[in-house]
Amino acid sequence: MQTDAPARFAETPFVRKKRRGELLARCVFGAMTLAMIVPLLLIIGYLVYKGAPLLSWEFLTTNPTNGMRKGGLWSALLGTIWLVVTSLCVSAPIGVFAAVYLNEYAKDNWFTRVVHLAVVNLAGVPSIVHALFGLGAFVLFAGLGRSILAASLTLAIMTMPVIIASTKEALASVPLSFREACWNVGATRWQTIRRIVLPNSISGILTGVILQVSRAAGETAPIMFTGAVFFKKIPEGNLFAYSLSDQCMALSMHLYTVTTQVTNAPEALPYAIAVVLLGTVLLVNATAIVVRVYLRSRKKW
Amino acid sequence: MAAFTSAVAPGAGVLPPPRRKIEVCDLRLRYGDKEVIHGVSFEVYANEILGVIGPAQSGKTSLLRCINRTIDFTANARVSGVIRVDGEDVRAVKSVYDLRRRIGMVAPLPVGLPLSIYDNVAFAPRTAGLRKRQNLDVLVEKCLRQASLWDEVKDRLDSLGTKLSGGQQQRLTIARALSHQPEVLCLDEFSIAIDPVTTMRIEDVLKKLRSEMTIILVTNLVQQARRLANRTMFLWKGEVVELDTNEVIFSDQPKDKRTYEYVNGIIG
Repeated sequence: MQTDAPARFAETPFVRKKRRGELLARCVFGAMTLAMIVPLLLIIGYLVYKGAPLLSWEFLTTNPTNGMRKGGLWSALLGTIWLVVTSLCVSAPIGVFAAVYLNEYAKDNWFTRVVHLAVVNLAGVPSIVHALFGLGAFVLFAGLGRSILAASLTLAIMTMPVIIASTKEALASVPLSFREACWNVGATRWQTIRRIVLPNSISGILTGVILQVSRAAGETAPIMFTGAVFFKKIPEGNLFAYSLSDQCMALSMHLYTVTTQVTNAPEALPYAIAVVLLGTVLLVNATAIVVRVYLRSRKKW
Repeated sequence: MAAFTSAVAPGAGVLPPPRRKIEVCDLRLRYGDKEVIHGVSFEVYANEILGVIGPAQSGKTSLLRCINRTIDFTANARVSGVIRVDGEDVRAVKSVYDLRRRIGMVAPLPVGLPLSIYDNVAFAPRTAGLRKRQNLDVLVEKCLRQASLWDEVKDRLDSLGTKLSGGQQQRLTIARALSHQPEVLCLDEFSIAIDPVTTMRIEDVLKKLRSEMTIILVTNLVQQARRLANRTMFLWKGEVVELDTNEVIFSDQPKDKRTYEYVNGIIG
C-alpha cells in the first residue's frame, strides 16, 4: 500500500496475522485428514494386492480343506453372518427401545444419570471381559453351551451400550419444540414418539445400529470362548447350514487361527480372509450409508 | 374495537356477570427451590380476550403451561393452588390429553412439525382418533381458513410445513391449535418472530375467533394487548399487579402506579 492517503482497505498487521492463522489452521486440519485417509487406503490396497491370487467366487463358497491350507472360507463367512445377524436381532431392539425409554420417558434424576453413566462405561469395557462374562453367564450358567446363540448373546451384550448411546444421541437431535407442539395438542408421549420423534431420528438410529455390525463381525475375543471353533465342515451353498445351537467358524477367528496355528498356509490366504472380512463389513456400512442418504434426503426441517 | 360480538364488551355498562371460563385461585409454582409464581388468582371470562402483559421472567409462559398442564413435563416444577376450566379442576381431570385438546396453545416461535401442511393440521384430530379422510379434509380446510392461511397453501397441502415462511408457519401453528376445536386459545407472544403485516392479519383472525372461544393473549407488546384485549392483566415478578378492563389499565389512572409506569414504558 504505497499511496499517500491511507487506503481504506489496507492490510493491517492484525489482518495479516489473522490470515496466517487461518492458513495454518487449514493446513493442520487438512494434514490430519490426510493422515487418516492415507493409512486406510494403504491397508486396503495392500490387503487386496496380497490376497488377490486367492480371491474368487469359489473362495467364498467352499469350505476350507486340507487343514485350512486349501479351499475357501464358506463356513467361516456364513458363521460370521449368523453371529452378526443373531446378535443384532437381540441387541438392536433392546438397545433402541431402552434408549427411547431413557431419552423420552425417564425422569432426569440421579438414578437415570447413574444408568446413563453405566451405559457409557459399559461401552468402554474391553471385549475380552465381555467374553468372560459370556462364558460364565451364557455358556455355563444358562447352559447354552458353546454355541452360536451363546456367542451372539455375548456380542449383543458388547454392542448394546453403544447402540443405546448412539440412539439416544439420534433421539436427542430431534428438537424439543416438536415434542412440546405435540404435547400441546393432546398427543401422548407414545404418539409423539411414533409420529414425530422416531421418523425424524431413524437415520441416526440405523447408522448407529449398522455400525455395530462391523464391531460384531470383527471381534474375536467374545466368540472365542463362547461358540467359535477352529474348524467345522458345513454343507456348501446352504445359508441355513448352521443352527443356533451349533458351534460355528467365524472370519475373525479364522484369520487368527490361519495366521498363528496353521503351518504352511499359502501366503495369500490370511490376506484374502482379511479382504473378505473387510469387504463384508464395508458392504454393510455401504448399505448404512445408502439408507442414511435416502432418509436424509427426506429430512424435513 | 367496534366488532365486539361477545357480551363482555368493555365499558358496556351494566351487564349480567359474565360466565367464568377459567378460574385460577392462589396458584403457586416453584421450580426446585425458586418460586416463580407467588399465589396468583384471576378469572378469564368466556368469549373474551384476556391480555397478559409483563416483562420477561414474570411468569407468563409458566402460567399458560400450568393451565394446560404441560408443566407436568418439567421435572422439578411444583404447582399448588387450583385452576378450574369450566369449573373443573385441571389437576383432577380424568384425561389430561382431553384437557389439552380443550386448550389451544401457540408457542412464541412458530413450530411447523416435520410433516406436510395437511398432516400438521390433521395431527391433533388424528391423535384423538379421527380417521375419516372426508372429515379430516373439512376440518383441515376450516382451520386453515380460520388461521387465514388457506389461500396461500391450498394448492400445496402436501408440501412440508417446515418449508413455509416464518409468518406462514405461525399461522400454521395457529391452525394446528384450532384443529382440536379448543374452547380456550392461549397465545404466547405469538408475534415475536413474525413481521408486522402478518401480525396484523393474525390479530384480525383473533378478533373473529373471539365469538367462538376464549382467548388468553400473552404478549410483550403492550399495544397489542391494548388493540385486542377486553381486559388486561399485568404480571410482575410472578404476581398479578392489576387486572381490569382495558379502559382502566390503559387509562391515565390505573389502580396501581406500576401498571401506569409499565404501560407507558417508564419501567419494565
